[in-house]
Amino acid sequence: MGRFVPLILLAVAVGLYFLLPYNLAFLTRILIMVLLVLSLDLVLGYAGIATLGQAAMYGAGAYAAGLFAIHVWADPLAGLVAGAVAGAILALVSGLVILRAQGLTVIMLTIAVAQICAEIANRARDITGGADGLRGIRMDPVLGLFEFDFVGQVGYWYALIVVAVIFCFLMVLGRSSFGLSLRGIHESPARMGAIGVSVYWRRVAAYTIGGAIAGIAGALTAQITQLVSLETFAFVLSAEALIMLILGGTGRLYGAAIGTFVFMWAHHTAASNDPFNWLFVIGAMVLAVVFLLPKGLISMPAALTQIFKGGRDAGT
Amino acid sequence: MSLLLNIAVDGVAYGMILFMIAVGLSVTMGLMRVVNLAHGGFAMIGGALAHWLLQDLGFGFWLAVPLAVAGTVALALPLERLIYRRIYDFGELQQVLATIGLTFLMIASVNLWQGSSLLSIPLPSALSQPVDLGFRTLPFHRIFVIALGLAVIIGLWWLIDRTRFGIKLRAAVDNRATASSIGIDTGKIYMASFGIGAGLAAIGGIFGAELLPIDAYYPLRYMVLFLIVVAIGGMGSIPGSFAAALGIGLTETAARYLVPDIATIAFFALVIALLALRPQGLMGRA
Amino acid sequence: MQGPESKGLEVRGLSKHFGGLTVSENIDLDLPPGARKALIGPNGAGKSTFANLVTGILPPSSGTIRFDGEDISALNEPARVRRGIAKTFQITTLFPSLSVRENIRMPVIERKRLGYSMLRAANGDAGTEAEVQTLIDQFELGPLAERPVDSLAYGQQRLVEMALTLALKPRVLILDEPAAGVPSSETHLIVEAIERLPKDLAVLVIEHDMDLVFRVANSIIVLVAGQILTEGTPQQIAGDARVRELYLGGAHG
Repeated sequence: MGRFVPLILLAVAVGLYFLLPYNLAFLTRILIMVLLVLSLDLVLGYAGIATLGQAAMYGAGAYAAGLFAIHVWADPLAGLVAGAVAGAILALVSGLVILRAQGLTVIMLTIAVAQICAEIANRARDITGGADGLRGIRMDPVLGLFEFDFVGQVGYWYALIVVAVIFCFLMVLGRSSFGLSLRGIHESPARMGAIGVSVYWRRVAAYTIGGAIAGIAGALTAQITQLVSLETFAFVLSAEALIMLILGGTGRLYGAAIGTFVFMWAHHTAASNDPFNWLFVIGAMVLAVVFLLPKGLISMPAALTQIFKGGRDAGT
Repeated sequence: MSLLLNIAVDGVAYGMILFMIAVGLSVTMGLMRVVNLAHGGFAMIGGALAHWLLQDLGFGFWLAVPLAVAGTVALALPLERLIYRRIYDFGELQQVLATIGLTFLMIASVNLWQGSSLLSIPLPSALSQPVDLGFRTLPFHRIFVIALGLAVIIGLWWLIDRTRFGIKLRAAVDNRATASSIGIDTGKIYMASFGIGAGLAAIGGIFGAELLPIDAYYPLRYMVLFLIVVAIGGMGSIPGSFAAALGIGLTETAARYLVPDIATIAFFALVIALLALRPQGLMGRA
Repeated sequence: MQGPESKGLEVRGLSKHFGGLTVSENIDLDLPPGARKALIGPNGAGKSTFANLVTGILPPSSGTIRFDGEDISALNEPARVRRGIAKTFQITTLFPSLSVRENIRMPVIERKRLGYSMLRAANGDAGTEAEVQTLIDQFELGPLAERPVDSLAYGQQRLVEMALTLALKPRVLILDEPAAGVPSSETHLIVEAIERLPKDLAVLVIEHDMDLVFRVANSIIVLVAGQILTEGTPQQIAGDARVRELYLGGAHG
């Protein structure tokens, strides 16, 4: 069934553009989050690296793209490259240290890296604008043809195309030899060592690619909202991305898209008025997923069958 | 000289607070193998209860504190029963998620109940007075906190080294399956240690409120700090947590006094360098 | 590289201590191309430790391991695998949710250094696929090829494991208890698989099952308390009073 899901998702994305022409900013935000969650799916779902700090690379990409546009060149595609490079470098450098550790220490270090980035961005006020955020980003038209408009039409198509291209790239990657080896590492790291693979370097590679994609997501935010704030490094963002991924289901790409869409939609409807009430919803949602749907929404059909058959669903 | 003494006293007091809050986290991770990101929430709940008893109900400080700690434990025990016990056998990721969910619920609850502003816990005059040591004066609160921290580590040492509970606890930390096969009720051990850990976190939260102010976002703001104590100390090691907490307290305090502009960055850089060299922590088992 | 001058694996004075505990002491062992040797000994004799020392999972405390004259004692596991030293696991650790074919494809890809290839499909290389198919045929796994390995019987999983290890084209193969956990009705599958291994491959079998050892090995090394007690032909070992004492004395697991 997985074969047609990406096409259906693309059709939904195109359909939403015409159905909700006044919510394009929100829809674009969903697309960007999908990209961040996809990067997390590569790192966590495929390579099995438990991280709560994917926002570090997202933020790095956002600041890099913003600064690049202000000081170097305001071309959007060049900005995406700048974001990708920043995310990849941060992931590579931090990954070299983080991936030497295991379990809890990995989780803790990933959170710590994002906090350091936030602190650096906060202190370097002259460059980043500190707590006020990075302002004054003005982008050139995409490909020199499509000017970003106030309604956000160009922004939406631009984000959608970027997300679709990276989705395809990840599909190819997932079926490649490299993707197969990541699945191997996920299932049995000891065996991968026994067939001559350096698990550490393979993980560093996956973490770096994931960092580049998160960086592109950050760059999209910077370009489309024309603002980068310290919130791009926030723990809550990393945690929410993780929740969206688990909600949808890991290791399948379209799970990331579905989970993000459901989560963002719930957020939009339940909680635009009070962030604290939203925390009640999200807390309960997370516990429900962990206990009832350990494999995410994409396992829902199977889980329901299981319940109706009266069988017990074994936890992961 | 005076600067060094300030760093030492503040750093050690801060370290003691970190130890009291984080030791329960270390034991849960070593014993139940649960990555409990919600642990800081118990320090917040202790602080919020103390604030409520003192400010809203007008209780005296020395009555409010034990009640707040008891209240935290009374909340923690059913949570262990209802939530934690079910996730012991889950994968790391599911545990992380479940405890993040719990953290969000704690934040939302405290906010609903007490609002999102700072929850002050005024110290009684006995604690807030300066003490004259002859050659100089120090705030009594710091000395009290240091004494409290020492009392806690001695009490834990006695509990674990000298009591039947301690023998069972150590057996369960070493090997859960073996411990239950020789008739130790590991369920009870888990619940008791979880309760003790939550109670100590509440004490740390209340007496540490001057250094780590209590508000609804407390569990998220200081999550990394508590995790660092455990990661550096080594999971499940009480002496490790103690050494790590003191080291972190002194380092961070020194950084704040000496290089205030880059204190956080310098502190994190040191932590990462240390963990790069010793991924298992100071006293962790491979 | 491989030819008449190939000396295979030469282990000299290999020792391993864990703290004060000595688990391997001064072990000498030669494994030339084509060797069929077995390492036996009671539980806790240090057989698996020895295997882990040779494959590089554990660093030795002292002694040297040479392979075709090159000192490989300081190399890590992946580097030794690339030189041609492979080992099967005592407890099967395959990739449980992947199919038999994918399990076997994995080592072929890695041996061909295609592990970082990101844009070509893993099954898109004709040479790789032909090699995988040959291995599947060799171990008679054809009807099971598309099934996930965790749905296979235990004996079949051990065959997949051997196919997977052989896909590395090793020149030295260490089989760590290939029949452990396999019901006796399926043991013959393992024996036949070992008999079909390439003739010039150096094989060391670590095994409890004496029946299997006597059928596949032409030289047996007896390890006791981390030291080599004796080495000889199956007839010599069968006739050795100390070995009989060891095995009839109840240590047989």
